Amino acid sequence: MQPREHLANAIYKAEGSALVAFLTAGYPEPKNFLNILNEISCEADAVEIGVPFSDPMADGVTIQRSSQSAIEQGVSLKWILEQLAERDTQKNTPLILMSYLNPLIAFGFDKLASKAMEVGISGFIVPDLPYEESKPFKQSLNKVGIALIQLVTPATPTTRLREVCAASEGFVYAVTRTGITGRTTQFPEDIANYLALVTNTSTVPVCAGFGVRERKQVKLISEHADGVIVGSALVEALERGENPTTFLKGLRL
Amino acid sequence: MSQVNDDLNEKALLKALLDGELPDAAGRFGPFGGQYVPETLMPAIERLTEGVYSLLPADNFKKKFTAQLKDWVGRPTALTHAPRLSEAWGADVWFKREDLAHTGAHKINNAIGQALLAQELGATRIVAETGAGQHGVASAAACARVGLPCVVYMGELDIQRQAPNVDRMNRLGANVVSVTSGDRTLRAAIDEAIRDWVSDPENTYYLLGSAVGPHPYPFLVRELQSVIGREAKKQLEAYSGLPDAVFACVGGGSNAIGLFHAFLAEDNVELIGVEAGGRSKKLGDHSATLNSGRPGVLHGAHSLLLYDDDGQIQETHSVSAGLDYPGVGPEHALLKLVKRVSYVTANDSEALDALGQCCALEGILPALETAHAIAGARRWASKNKSSRILIGLSGRGDKDMPILSQYPIGTQGSKEKTNATA
Repeated sequence: MQPREHLANAIYKAEGSALVAFLTAGYPEPKNFLNILNEISCEADAVEIGVPFSDPMADGVTIQRSSQSAIEQGVSLKWILEQLAERDTQKNTPLILMSYLNPLIAFGFDKLASKAMEVGISGFIVPDLPYEESKPFKQSLNKVGIALIQLVTPATPTTRLREVCAASEGFVYAVTRTGITGRTTQFPEDIANYLALVTNTSTVPVCAGFGVRERKQVKLISEHADGVIVGSALVEALERGENPTTFLKGLRL
Repeated sequence: MSQVNDDLNEKALLKALLDGELPDAAGRFGPFGGQYVPETLMPAIERLTEGVYSLLPADNFKKKFTAQLKDWVGRPTALTHAPRLSEAWGADVWFKREDLAHTGAHKINNAIGQALLAQELGATRIVAETGAGQHGVASAAACARVGLPCVVYMGELDIQRQAPNVDRMNRLGANVVSVTSGDRTLRAAIDEAIRDWVSDPENTYYLLGSAVGPHPYPFLVRELQSVIGREAKKQLEAYSGLPDAVFACVGGGSNAIGLFHAFLAEDNVELIGVEAGGRSKKLGDHSATLNSGRPGVLHGAHSLLLYDDDGQIQETHSVSAGLDYPGVGPEHALLKLVKRVSYVTANDSEALDALGQCCALEGILPALETAHAIAGARRWASKNKSSRILIGLSGRGDKDMPILSQYPIGTQGSKEKTNATA
């Protein structure tokens, strides 16, 4: 099975709605990265590993803070891939790398695709790479069957939504509101209609997130999407020293 | 063989640029440019692109813009001969005086143009970033002029070193927000302005101050600033013909692209952009993106950038806040690639020295950014005696007084400095 199908299947097969958890790699402590990752991958149905970047323009204060701290502690894409190569786990939870484009350019697309394949990455999310600009990177990922996950938002016009959904692999990332990650937790009133539209348009699963912090939000999204993405709230729980498993269980239905 | 192909490709790209075909439909200047923005911004960027291409050539918009440039900005700005500097350098030196434009720099051309555009597009608020504060002041003034509320993001470090401009922005009615994240200078201010825009792309207009960012900004800013070069060319021709060389400082590159554009097709005119060489050639000690950057993506565009082996954008240094930026406009990256413009550097001390000389010999206090162009021109003049030089005097130096007061008054005059890095 190709990595991208492994990812899509994991979302579809999850009990109830899938839970996709985000962590900034090497945060709060680089030495705990693999332990935290393993704990999270036991509870979540897919894990998004954030590659820290100096200029995270789509992210709110939490991920800005965690990224800056991780960079200062020596975390880089190269380091993350080395760590993942050392990983020893029975659990086959799909892993996704979330990175801004420039670290990927610096690494080299083809080299990155084969390295990512070796360490078991199933997909990439690149917030500053809209699908119009995604061809060169997608070509590299296609060679190894890794998914390039596209984002849609409530502001995405219907025709564009169709194009973006058709281009998305693994799942479609439905951003639940405009804005940056973490901030306001209020969802738009017509979120049900929006998610229904995305789900009807997409041929791959739909996972929704941005500002998901509470169980009732998880419940609301679960009713309309295949999966829920939790990012900043989990990073903050890790900052507070909370056990990630307990935190994620608390969000489950 | 591949060298031959490269040369052919470069010629074709230069021709496309001169024929007005760039940026192309995908917003690219050859390999540079594009629209690398979060999905949330794509609909807003598409609306903006449509608006730019339909409004800029429209008679009604052109009339409004030209009227504001004439009656409010004070255009055309003067072309000033610099006789004492000419004598000192052994050249014939001319200044295009953007420092005489309203609010004291070329930034106002772009700011009022985009404020008018924002109004036409139905925006209800404007956000802007600023480095030296010149674009912030210009945006604040332009927003007051058209009656739109304005938020200006400014790095904490820049707020400290450009205090007079912060007060000016506040008095012009803008809300200045201190940016404490990232490098706390222009780069972090752009990050924060984009975050604001992402949060309300329907109603917010992002008034970007340089020829950087996603398409259509590099095109839009060039179009609004190219009045500088058109005027300068006409004014200089009225005296005695085209210059041998044209100099402009380059941070993001808006005044340089504005000045150069009218001269691109003139094969006999050398075009030279001067970047900030800072305090050394070490990564982190300068802002010389075109001289030592690599292709990468930041703030929505593929261009040359200063970043480390992990792809992390590097902190930069320059004595001038306005040049202190690790990226550069994609059109400059192309102009370097096709070898139509050469890009050199002037370091902090050369710029300070040139500033002193300009004050002492011509009675003009240029901005520290501008001083880099003067320093670059002075070095070139020493090797090209009796040539005719046009320098883009992009802004006035009053805002730099807090920094300048840390240095002794004076200049080494016409004595040539040897720490050139070109």
